[in-house]
Amino acid sequence: MKHSISMTVNGKEYSGEVEPRVLLVHFIRDHLGLTGTHIGCDTTQCGACTILMDGAAIKSCTVFAVQAEGAQITTIEGMASNGELHPLQEGFHEEHGLQCGFCTPGMIMTSVELLNQNPNPTEAEIRHGLEGNYCRCTGYHNIVKAVQYAASKQA
Amino acid sequence: MGNLIGQSVKRVEDKRFITGKGNYVDDIKIPGMTYAQIVRSPYAHAKIVKVDTSKAEAHAGVVAVFTGKDFADAGIGGVPCGWQVDFKNGDTMREPPHPILVADKARHVGDGVAIVIAEDRYIAKDASELVEVEYEVLDAVTNPAEAIKEGAPLVHDDIPNNTSFDWELGDKVATDEAFENAHHITTLEFVNQRLIPNAIEPRSAIGLYNEATEEYTLYTSSQNPHLIRLLMCAFVLGIPEHKVRVVSPDVGGGFGSKIHHYTEEVLVIWCSKQINRPVKWTAERNESFMTDCHGRDHVTKAEMAFDEEGMLLGLRINTKANMGAYLSTFAPAVPTYLHGTLLQGLYTTPAIHIDLTAAFTHTNVVDAYRGAGRPEAAFLIERLMDTAAREMNMDPAELRRKNFIPPFDGVEQPGYQTQVALQYDSGNYEGVLNKALELADYKGLREEQKKAREEGRIMGIGFSTYVEACGIAPSALVGALGARAGLYEAANVRVEPTGKVTVFTGSHSHGQGHETTFAQIVADNFGIPLEDVKVVHGDTASVPFGMGTYGSRSLAVGGSAIMLSIEKIKAKGGRIAAHLLECSVDDLEFADGKWTVKGTDKSVGFGDVSLTAYVPHNYPDGEEPGLEFSSFYDPANFTFPFGAHIAVVEIDKETGKVELKRYIAVDDVGNVINPMIVDGQVHGGLAQGIGQALLEGAVYDEAGQLLTGSMLDYTMPRADDFPMFEVDRTVTPCPHNPLGVKGAGETGTIASTPAVVNAVIDALSPMGVKDIRMPMTPERVWKAMHQNGN
Amino acid sequence: MIPYSFDYKVADSLEEAFSLLSEAGENGALLAGGHTLIPAMKLRLSEPDTVIDISKISDLNQITKDGDILVVGALTNHATVARSGDVMTYCRSLGEAAGVIGDPQVRNKGTIGGNIAHADPASDYPGVLLSLNATVVAKSDSGSRSIAIDDFFTALFETALTEGEIITEIQIPVLGEGTGSAYIKFPNPASRYAVVGVGVVITLTDGKCTACRIGITGAADHAFRASVTEEVLLGSDLSTDDIEAACQHAAEGQELLSDLAASANYRVHLCSVMVKRAINIAVERAIG
Repeated sequence: MKHSISMTVNGKEYSGEVEPRVLLVHFIRDHLGLTGTHIGCDTTQCGACTILMDGAAIKSCTVFAVQAEGAQITTIEGMASNGELHPLQEGFHEEHGLQCGFCTPGMIMTSVELLNQNPNPTEAEIRHGLEGNYCRCTGYHNIVKAVQYAASKQA
Repeated sequence: MGNLIGQSVKRVEDKRFITGKGNYVDDIKIPGMTYAQIVRSPYAHAKIVKVDTSKAEAHAGVVAVFTGKDFADAGIGGVPCGWQVDFKNGDTMREPPHPILVADKARHVGDGVAIVIAEDRYIAKDASELVEVEYEVLDAVTNPAEAIKEGAPLVHDDIPNNTSFDWELGDKVATDEAFENAHHITTLEFVNQRLIPNAIEPRSAIGLYNEATEEYTLYTSSQNPHLIRLLMCAFVLGIPEHKVRVVSPDVGGGFGSKIHHYTEEVLVIWCSKQINRPVKWTAERNESFMTDCHGRDHVTKAEMAFDEEGMLLGLRINTKANMGAYLSTFAPAVPTYLHGTLLQGLYTTPAIHIDLTAAFTHTNVVDAYRGAGRPEAAFLIERLMDTAAREMNMDPAELRRKNFIPPFDGVEQPGYQTQVALQYDSGNYEGVLNKALELADYKGLREEQKKAREEGRIMGIGFSTYVEACGIAPSALVGALGARAGLYEAANVRVEPTGKVTVFTGSHSHGQGHETTFAQIVADNFGIPLEDVKVVHGDTASVPFGMGTYGSRSLAVGGSAIMLSIEKIKAKGGRIAAHLLECSVDDLEFADGKWTVKGTDKSVGFGDVSLTAYVPHNYPDGEEPGLEFSSFYDPANFTFPFGAHIAVVEIDKETGKVELKRYIAVDDVGNVINPMIVDGQVHGGLAQGIGQALLEGAVYDEAGQLLTGSMLDYTMPRADDFPMFEVDRTVTPCPHNPLGVKGAGETGTIASTPAVVNAVIDALSPMGVKDIRMPMTPERVWKAMHQNGN
Repeated sequence: MIPYSFDYKVADSLEEAFSLLSEAGENGALLAGGHTLIPAMKLRLSEPDTVIDISKISDLNQITKDGDILVVGALTNHATVARSGDVMTYCRSLGEAAGVIGDPQVRNKGTIGGNIAHADPASDYPGVLLSLNATVVAKSDSGSRSIAIDDFFTALFETALTEGEIITEIQIPVLGEGTGSAYIKFPNPASRYAVVGVGVVITLTDGKCTACRIGITGAADHAFRASVTEEVLLGSDLSTDDIEAACQHAAEGQELLSDLAASANYRVHLCSVMVKRAINIAVERAIG
């Protein structure tokens, strides 16, 4: 049986009908057409599907869409405002924190919360804070620098 | 030339990725699209007794189900291998069919048995479980050394001893003689373990058939769209190449695993015609683990012979290479011409011989994975060098230095002819070592190590100096070595009427930043702003041709093809400019985006010339309108980057856990167009090589089950596994391509694995530890620490 | 990876959850944060007919102090526990354990109740809760029941909970003067679950160990107490030699797991190393 759900995504109201088993990441990608949120591992590890749900970074492959009823969702598409990049988006660009770009949306969304919790993290805290996000391209070196860039920009 | 080449220009491709607007295959939605789920064998070796699809077909929302029998009935053989390596005695390589779906027997876990196509991915998944397959499970073999023994279970009934081919290179007699006369022999036996590439984007493919035009479009997450089209059209489906468009849009990492032509690409194309609707397949991660081409998997005995002074006399290698159940696209080349030919390393070793056997096993196919053969070669040479230094009581840096080939630039001094077929282009091996030692403060590190040992801490310093062959490759040469394709690259540079430039390149970019690097080259050469150049790749409908992205070839080969077109445009532009300026071409010079009559202020700009080319009212006689050239560049040689890497580790003496404290990489990749991008390539390569040393390894059990079948069991390197890398360079230009570039995509992976292993062994050598199998997990290190009764 | 179909119900109160649970029968499953249930459903290892979402039940996601007891609501997520000032003040090791579960995103969704109800042998909470002498409060339509943590984890993925029971809170005695706690783990390099995770609570009186509880997770098919080590330590001066000797018994009497990450032998060794390290941290904290 399908359930009606509604949620706010990047400031816009969305509603739809879904089977309960529809994963939030599929709802975002297939129903809302917001394909910046990616699926990488299926086992709640790689973090490519990370979004903000009510302000907290979560892995949208491990949440049913019905659980997001009434939630405030932010995806990578909602990060820039009025054409201006978020400091983290800017940091990833400036520090070459991305190569193929597939993990990048998840990296950025996780880093949003990382910096919210700890605006001035050490290198070790950044590395630990990205434990739930895998990147196969960058060796993480420039991702760490991208987060540092954003931290100093936001300070 | 302008001022963009050599600058760390920020990437022009970034914006779409950081705003969530990338366009990967699974992001593409086509009206009427269906979704496929593949039914895969849960057994490594099993006879398929019966396949019953009736329940799946009856499931609501299922569009069609096809099995191996459907493909056999349609006369579709399978995906081909692109390289032939024959037996030492001249017998032809044994090359079994690699079916699109298997009808008779499953030969590895994950072999495709049926495909279920449904209205959405949820229904396809449900229905795939309704396909009833009756298997008769058979014995399996997974280790290449076991597979070639008499009596091992056969992967293919008609291939005795599971042997695809055997192969040798070098001078056996001279090498054996060198060992007879040696003062010292160092011997090691290795397993270079199997790795699973794990690009973060799972493979995906969409097949689209247009009944009206009889044209097909394949969207595929590939490094290699043109070659996929060629192989699929000419060798698999027999469909006309000009009616097939292959698009590789944004691709989320490749590392080799997306070079090869996969069965799923054929599946979605063929099925889309059968059902007359688009078909999308996207791998679940467990399918990636089971079916993305794996890497490495060598079992090797390696020996090095030295004289009394520590001079290398000989190198002798015996390797059993695992091919998996079938031959993947480039698989035979990897352990042979990309491995055996690198055994000279950067040393003057006068006698080298490798003997190799390529074996089929009941495992997934093995093919090129970042480095492809060269990491295996560097690993055995560099492990032997560190071990030999210890055995001969010499400093590992000094032993290397002593045996280095002296510097040669390939211009004044000729290239270096190795004992194993290659001629190195240029090198300054002592230069990179000196720079690395300085950057690391090697003397200081040894003092620190001494102090650590006094304090009871376990610290180690490991070296790796390497040379590799990339920028592949001269077509005639690789053809003689068994390649069934050329390895040139194509480019089209189109100057639009307004002076903007569109570059069509056969080099696909999936993280390497071609859209920026290539634009830097073009903008600088034409003296126009970077924003005026757009780089297009990954679409057979617009790019003339392409041999794809692998073997660190994009800049050296693809970039050189662009250079050829640039030169043609400059020449034609000069003729048009001479006409406009009413002078001779010889009186002109081109700089800063304009042609100027030498010694005058009379000039005409790039934009004026391009407009004239398309509005040829006042135009040179006999000149064709337009300003666009396609070029094919076939390299004269491989390129040979080299470097010296130093790893510093500390080991938890109670748990055996290795912590990488520092990593110093000094590479020479020739001229550098964009240092930021090159550094990024090195960083990523390091992570994969260090991952092999410490974390990663595929494990099949005896029944052929993949025990490391998800990221819960296969260790993917994380951010907190690494320190900040200390990366630097020397520059020895490549003498044989127009950019003087070599290639930077794989150096990090090639060098870092032995450097880290050497550091761990250096740390533990006081306990008598000589070797530890990779990945050097805490348990393996801990056991090694205690094996000698410590 | 896609789960099987199921019915989804939301319970706004415990009473509603009980009735939905009894309607659903044995094929009903409770969903709190979903971070053990949903991965299992995606792998199609778990196929409930009805999923009852209890995450919206109010009052079950708070951390409060009730006299000498810290009460952690079952729906409290790991991040909240890890960041709680009360947890840090009154039972620090609980926060340490919560802070190393999974990764930041997992900690934002996974709940303490869901975690222990699942009884994953490699999960972090069981080890630390054993050491903290916690009590699990479970309710059903027939009433409320307190289960001592020592009796809670019974076997691989099995607990003392009976059908129809829902964990509502975890009660933890506030650590007193002279008592220190610690939780550390040796993670599986791939999954970062515990290969061996050790929680220690230790009390020093006049330089002697007067109370000690050690919980070990990850090493065996369910979390256990290092009883022999505890006995050896009791009454000792906690000298380096005492601790070293006691730790040799950390895994005594247990049959340890053997898998890709660690053989049983290596786990035995890791148990002693990690117990020693945790004791040293806890002792330091006890001394203050």
